[in-house]
Amino acid sequence: MKPNDVILRSVTRVAAVIILTFSIYLFMSGHHHPGGGFIGGLSTASAIVLLYLSFGIEKVRENIRLDFKKLAAIGVLVAVGTGLAGIVFGQPFLTQTFGHVDLPIFGDTELASALIFDTGVALAVIGTAVNIILSISEDR
Amino acid sequence: MIFHTILIIALVLLLAAILFNLYRVIKGPSSADRVQALDSVGINLIASIAVYSVLLHTHAFFDLILLIGILSFIGTVAFARFMERGAVIERKR
Repeated sequence: MKPNDVILRSVTRVAAVIILTFSIYLFMSGHHHPGGGFIGGLSTASAIVLLYLSFGIEKVRENIRLDFKKLAAIGVLVAVGTGLAGIVFGQPFLTQTFGHVDLPIFGDTELASALIFDTGVALAVIGTAVNIILSISEDR
Repeated sequence: MIFHTILIIALVLLLAAILFNLYRVIKGPSSADRVQALDSVGINLIASIAVYSVLLHTHAFFDLILLIGILSFIGTVAFARFMERGAVIERKR
């Protein structure tokens, strides 16, 4: 008998969008408010886990064509590369700077190079968390 | 001053609700009772954090409230699927 999870799937379609938006908010507000790369990556991973729970492994793997092991490796590379960029400009390892940029819509925005490091942390956390859960669920 | 007292009373009542839910978690005959009691503990925890952040005059815990709601929902869904099918994440075999 085919199980019927219409309610779970319809709730997931709405809730996944809300959780992903919330995780982007947590990630972007990490410089001045509570949040940052780690918790943003974890809430993104929880949204992906919710998708896996309600739609099954195969269907999500068809639609999100990402290798999460490679994603974790790319995250670590981005974080290390941000640190090495300090050495290129003659500063110590992991030096961070910030500057004010005139963006088209947002106007005068303060951009810090710590955001790129945080992106690396978030990618590594997403890759590791989703990969752990997938490999636990495959062993049966 | 009277507002402060009201907030303390609300916190004590929420603590009592969490304790009664914990009684159901420990005593509950079936595992569905335990899962539902744990979900209810999560909701009471959200309410306590809201009251406590009013008490502390801070905005810093508002993200946490949303996060506990999301995690409690996902945990309850995972437990429900485990009790219903035996496998949390479905795959073709």
